[in-house]
Amino acid sequence: MDFVASLNLIAPEIVLSVSGLVLLLVAAWAGDKASRAISIAGCFVLAACFALVAPAVCAGVSGPDTLAFYGQFAADSFAGFAKLLIFAAGGAALVVAPPFFERYNAMRAEYPVLILFAVLGMCVMVSATDLITLYVGLELNSLAAYVLAAFLRADDRSAEAGLKYFVLGALASGILLFGMSLTYGFTGTTSFAGIRGALDGEMAMGALMGVIFVLAGLAFKVSAVPFHMWTPDVYEGAPTPVTTFFASAPKVAAMALTMRVTLDAFGHQADAWRQIVIFAALASIVVGALGAIGQANIKRLLAYSSINNVGFILIGLAAGTAEGAAAMLTYLAIYVAMTVGSFVAVLVLKDAEGEPVEGIADLAGIGWTRPAIGVCLMMLMFSLAGIPPLFGFWGKFVVFQAAVEANYIALAAIGIAASVIGAFYYIKIVKVMYFEEPADVVTGKSDWAHWALLAISAAFISPLGYLLTPWLGDLADKAAAALFVAA
Amino acid sequence: MEGFPILSVMLAVPLLGALACLFTEARQARQVALAATLVDLALGIVLWASYDIGGAQWQFTERAPIFAGFSYALGIDGIALMLIVLSVFLMPICILASWEAIDKRVGQYMAAFLFMETLMIGVFCAQDLFLFYIFFEAGLIPMYLIIGVWGGQNRIYAAYKFFLYTLLGSVLMLIAMLWMVNFTGGETSIPVLMATDFPPGAQTWLWLAFFASFAVKMPMWPVHTWLPDAHVQAPTAGSVILAGVLLKMGGYGFIRFSLPMFPEASAQFVWLVWGLSMAAVVLTSLIALVQHDMKKLIAYSSVAHMAIVTVGLFAFNVQGFEGAMLVMLSHGLVSGALFLCVGVIYDRLHTREIDRYGGLSINMPKYALFFMLFTMASVGLPGTSGFVGEFLSLAGIYQVSSVVTAVCATGVILGAAYMLYLYWRVAFGVQRNADAAAMPDLDLREWLTLGPIAAAVLWMGVYPESFLAPMRADIAALDARVARAAPDGDARLKIGEPKPAEEHSEHAAPAAEGAH
Repeated sequence: MDFVASLNLIAPEIVLSVSGLVLLLVAAWAGDKASRAISIAGCFVLAACFALVAPAVCAGVSGPDTLAFYGQFAADSFAGFAKLLIFAAGGAALVVAPPFFERYNAMRAEYPVLILFAVLGMCVMVSATDLITLYVGLELNSLAAYVLAAFLRADDRSAEAGLKYFVLGALASGILLFGMSLTYGFTGTTSFAGIRGALDGEMAMGALMGVIFVLAGLAFKVSAVPFHMWTPDVYEGAPTPVTTFFASAPKVAAMALTMRVTLDAFGHQADAWRQIVIFAALASIVVGALGAIGQANIKRLLAYSSINNVGFILIGLAAGTAEGAAAMLTYLAIYVAMTVGSFVAVLVLKDAEGEPVEGIADLAGIGWTRPAIGVCLMMLMFSLAGIPPLFGFWGKFVVFQAAVEANYIALAAIGIAASVIGAFYYIKIVKVMYFEEPADVVTGKSDWAHWALLAISAAFISPLGYLLTPWLGDLADKAAAALFVAA
Repeated sequence: MEGFPILSVMLAVPLLGALACLFTEARQARQVALAATLVDLALGIVLWASYDIGGAQWQFTERAPIFAGFSYALGIDGIALMLIVLSVFLMPICILASWEAIDKRVGQYMAAFLFMETLMIGVFCAQDLFLFYIFFEAGLIPMYLIIGVWGGQNRIYAAYKFFLYTLLGSVLMLIAMLWMVNFTGGETSIPVLMATDFPPGAQTWLWLAFFASFAVKMPMWPVHTWLPDAHVQAPTAGSVILAGVLLKMGGYGFIRFSLPMFPEASAQFVWLVWGLSMAAVVLTSLIALVQHDMKKLIAYSSVAHMAIVTVGLFAFNVQGFEGAMLVMLSHGLVSGALFLCVGVIYDRLHTREIDRYGGLSINMPKYALFFMLFTMASVGLPGTSGFVGEFLSLAGIYQVSSVVTAVCATGVILGAAYMLYLYWRVAFGVQRNADAAAMPDLDLREWLTLGPIAAAVLWMGVYPESFLAPMRADIAALDARVARAAPDGDARLKIGEPKPAEEHSEHAAPAAEGAH
């Protein structure tokens, strides 16, 4: 393994870090005036990285050739698949931000730079095959994210969100580090392959504690129950473009990381972690569904919805098979489209003065007064509820199929029955939008960029999405296979 | 007709119509919707005419592997054919029935109905397990909107109840489907699965999962409670489609999935089905007797009639299956027509309270005539469609269980009681209310909605062979499939002792002589 080959493998990350630093300098010299230009440049950088990663994903690369720096970093198609989703979500976060922040005179040149660094951190996370790489990527992402959450400095809620996120995130990082140190102590290595070899057969109590603490730390990052309490507060308080980002890209990264840690590093100890995952999955589905019912703020509701969705994704992990991993990736792809679409729809909702509308009661009757938003939101809600023929159904379908194939039928049955609870609050939004008399609150105009993103995600989750299933399924299968080749 | 994808076209026409309706004014939306449903009706007639009775079991098959995990496979047998014809026949009538009753958000209303039509046809012609599920489940969306947006006073509660009840019923079916496909190694074709023998132990669970879905859809007692709410709150045309076609999806599910795929489990659970059906016949008929709301009364009568369908299906013999199918078709027409009859007077007086009417045969004689015909058909008077189906169903179950027959036959008597009581209170007697007495008789549009159904009801009553012929081969195949599990009858038939030989001596003697 020579150095040049390693550098070749991390080309997207190099592009991201170099352009991030260059744009930071531009931001320092040109000031906030240049923020729109920097955002556009950031989009181009992400597009370039997308183009760099895409061929590897389509080819389904895997194996030793994809390992860089003596097995610390894997640029396989599994990481590639996750990176493509992260780039797409990061691009969406860049596109939606300027119209939102300019209203508060808060659009700063640092925003696109922070997004780029967060994306870089996530790329490192999904490619990590060593505990140290994992931690570096995770912290790079988290530090950028803490600042982003508090980006609207004048707004108390935003500052509170940033602080909460930071305190609880630091705590979770501590838990994760503790787990990592235990794992290192009992296995004598930080590389995933080494841990996998060492943790074979009967496991020492200390090593088991290591697994549990690592999983607890990761559960915080994916906001699975019982480590979910920060999610509604942070999602509600953070500026909506930032929430769009939080709900999509870091979820993908943390979930992909969890998959690699559990299926690769702890791959021989599936029986040890499976019960944790099953509990987290079912608890997330139920708590996410029940918590959402009483919410009056749509961002909080979507936060609970994301907890609920994480539960469904974890069902694929509980299966512990390549099919399960492929199903999780498919679900993540659909989830990103649904989440970005939902939050962009929230961004589109504005009152006559252009102030954002977040109260669910204010949506009354917009199905009739603003039919385009109404139809898009309705489709998104039914899709999140997993009602066919919308594409959200497909995500649930593949996950439950994987669980049934792995013979976890009771898990699948309980999970799907609990999804009916979730359907209640999604159709409640539809009820407010269509069955109630118009409240005429949402009257403001919106930026074309928001409309474009909303249209793209609505088209993706419409029944037309099913035409993508052969292609999406194929890519996800290859990516999951790459994960299991490494394992 | 070879090579022409008629089923896909039948799916596409209402879908395109629905999209067109979304972008048009009220007037054009009505015309577009009527045109689209009439085109589908014409295609349905072509389908029926070109269906080859006695030909291949699955006809008009189409297959396109454009999805991962399942395929776009369509095809029909005689059973599906008749249900598709019923759907396309009722749709233009529904559109006409909502012509004036719906005056707000007409485009969206018509779009929801046309989308519904696509999904209904899709349910009956899907030949892929998951494609079926998608069509089956997707129907929740338009129906939720139809009840919730255009429904009556308490529409939101009814819409929620309808949605969540049916969703909870069907999600477990999805898990069972996933298990079946996994068991067969990825086979999603319904015809193949119908011929697959699942292990009896697994059949029990699969049957229960499917039962959860179909029993709610059917609906069977005691999971029927969503139906009266949904019916009462839905607009007239919504009730017609709900009673006419959506309830048939439950029966179709039993006949397409539960019985042929899990014959042993079906036999194992006959007493559950019979018990619930008996309870439904007696209890919901009695409940119907005391209703003050016309729509609620008819809704409860639907539950009772659907119970006759389930006993017919779980009689495991040809008469039972044929009877169940005919009750479904007949009930689709008759209950649809009865809801239309309610709609006619509701449009005039805006109340469904039975006591607010009375003596309508004086000022609305033509209406009273139609209403009487459909009342009689619902009661099961010979010569109307209701009689043939109920008689065959009860004849089928009589071969298996006299007790069940005795209890279910009371449904006919109770049915006569509540329907005639309803008719008496609405159409006969003195004209108690001045406003009801001043209502005008049927107009042309209402003639056009009620007339065709009346003709179909009489046709099915007088010459049911037209409807039975396409289904006969499929029902025989189903009977052969489930024969191995059919429960024994309780009619302890005794083969009589042959008479002593002496009495036959005159005839037997020549033979005996010949033997010497």
